[in-house]
Amino acid sequence: MSAREDVLGRIRQALGPDRTAPAEVARDYRHSDGRPAGDPGLLDLLVDRVEDYRASVLRCGPGEVAGTVAAALDQGMGAGWAPGDVVVAPGLPEEWRPPGSDVDDDRPPVQLADRSAAVTAVAVAIAETGTLVLDGSPACGRRALSLLPDCLVCVVRTDQVVGSVPEALARLDPLRPLTMVSGPSATSDIELQRVEGVHGPRTLMVVLVA
Amino acid sequence: MTAVHLGMPALPTAPRGVGHLRGDESFPAAARSALRDGQLRANLGHATTTIRDKRARVVDELPDWAELREAGRALKAATMARLDDHLEELERQVTARGGTVHWARDANEANEIVTRLVQATGASEVVKVKSMATQEIGLNEALEAVGLDVFETDLAELIVQLGEDKPSHILVPAIHKNRAEIREIFARTIPGVDPGLTDDPRQLAMAARAHLRERFLRARVAVSGANFGIADTGTLAVVESEGNGRMCLTLPETLITVMGIEKVVPTWQDLEVFLQLLPRSSTGERMNPYTSTWAGVTPGDGPQEFHLVLLDNGRTAVLADEVGREALHCIRCSACLNVCPVYERAGGHSYGSVYPGPIGAILSPQLTGVEDNASLPYASSLCGACYDVCPVAIDIPKILVHLRAEHVEAQQRVTPEAAAFRALSTAMSRPWLWHLTQRASRLGRLIARGRPTLPNALPPPISGWTRSRDLPTPPTSTFVESWTREHGR
Repeated sequence: MSAREDVLGRIRQALGPDRTAPAEVARDYRHSDGRPAGDPGLLDLLVDRVEDYRASVLRCGPGEVAGTVAAALDQGMGAGWAPGDVVVAPGLPEEWRPPGSDVDDDRPPVQLADRSAAVTAVAVAIAETGTLVLDGSPACGRRALSLLPDCLVCVVRTDQVVGSVPEALARLDPLRPLTMVSGPSATSDIELQRVEGVHGPRTLMVVLVA
Repeated sequence: MTAVHLGMPALPTAPRGVGHLRGDESFPAAARSALRDGQLRANLGHATTTIRDKRARVVDELPDWAELREAGRALKAATMARLDDHLEELERQVTARGGTVHWARDANEANEIVTRLVQATGASEVVKVKSMATQEIGLNEALEAVGLDVFETDLAELIVQLGEDKPSHILVPAIHKNRAEIREIFARTIPGVDPGLTDDPRQLAMAARAHLRERFLRARVAVSGANFGIADTGTLAVVESEGNGRMCLTLPETLITVMGIEKVVPTWQDLEVFLQLLPRSSTGERMNPYTSTWAGVTPGDGPQEFHLVLLDNGRTAVLADEVGREALHCIRCSACLNVCPVYERAGGHSYGSVYPGPIGAILSPQLTGVEDNASLPYASSLCGACYDVCPVAIDIPKILVHLRAEHVEAQQRVTPEAAAFRALSTAMSRPWLWHLTQRASRLGRLIARGRPTLPNALPPPISGWTRSRDLPTPPTSTFVESWTREHGR
């Protein structure tokens, strides 16, 4: 008998021939924050929660994205960065890109480790937990892009900001490779005290576009 | 106690001689040496206090925690009731998206499968994401036995691996080490480490980053566990903090994920419950820094070869026990460890298994058969704090008592405790004998010589009881005597 049949057979034996139908699962928890995506209260909550992880948020109007991204890069890397050190997701809108930045292509992913910063969009943001979700779409880029450069700038549109985890998951495609980002990489492995910055980007900047 | 169906052989438990589910000594013996280690107790007390407070704060923040917890419990129970169906669906979906699914009856089989898959790539080293399942089966030892180099990439796992130590906590395997001890391990074992390295946690984390960076970039094969495997979409999820998981899940050409069969969840929507319960219960954060999900293989993004190994290793034996099967609901948050007064004092190593603390005390004996971990169901004061914090409401005290009963019933010979209780039962069912016994207990007052408790150094077999308990000095008169004196017959 194959291991597959064996394990499935064991499960059937363990549950017995007269197993009862599983009880209906009561989902009495909150399915929504109650506020619509992009509600001003949600934006404030997102900013508060993201900053709690020691990431920084810059807010701007729709016409000021490129300038604000540049300001975020100044803040994240210190002034004097070279545009060629910044790599952006291939589907990032042209008008959001710092002039002269490098666009990610199908180079071997490890080459992205040579770049200092990456700029991507997000698929959805969760206010209550301060979480940004990247879904591997052209605007968010492949997973290595938001991982290897040491400074990550994520541009969030207000209509992408939802209140709760259930609302966010309902908007996402589970067949895409998803990365949920809540602050810069961190560890609590030494005396259970949080330290920001381990293997992932040590600096996370969020640009929130009204 | 185990529900055995007539004519069916008992389901096999995790095999001996492989993996890390059994200790070298019993819990009381191991705990006795741990209790003498003042540094260990200080480290544990400090860490568990910190995390308890953080957890309480972020749990209190959610107005619907009780409803989420109940949904989590019910989802797990419903999943177990149809575990075979969900696993078959998971297999179908992962396969449809370009992954390959393997089934492993036990630790030996899982180790063989992973070893074969790694060797087929021609790689000589493997990077690993922290995973309880691979620790349980002793995968690192199996890979090293065929000459492969294995690199643990989680900071705490790295500390344990470099220190040639054993993990002592589910979430923070190096919780028993403080910053000064970690600095000493790094200074001694990391080649080319800055000799001026201090014990500042940030500096220590940076040393780990520098040490592992090259390995991530050149790795061709990674091995991970999985927090969740979603049946209806074939999506796997890994919840982590440092980004080492993302490195392993994204950069290598081949990814091998070892997942216990109980980690399957039926639908994508179910994740909305567990992604709220898990981070708040484990690190006390609203959300952990990184959660990665993937379904099979995505062209142009991440590993182009994906293998999922589904592991039994005694889990079906646990499933067969109608009371004990709730232990399979565990989502490995470790909140029960952090609140347990026994864990806080005895430490994780005393449990002898990769699953320490209250959840370990019910999971390990069931995975191995209670005879191989007979002392663990007693490694608890049954205070119930573990049940209160469990995000999926596993009734750990109930299962502890259930396993104690199973252990006692399996005893071939009469224990002194059983003999004592039998004698007590005889006395208590005969009033004249009971009164006589009570009056005789006043002899204890002679031994006590005016002290409120009897001396600890009583002769065996009574010493078995008094070694760890204070026995109060018997009163001058019994309750019945006092009652009769004051109220008449």
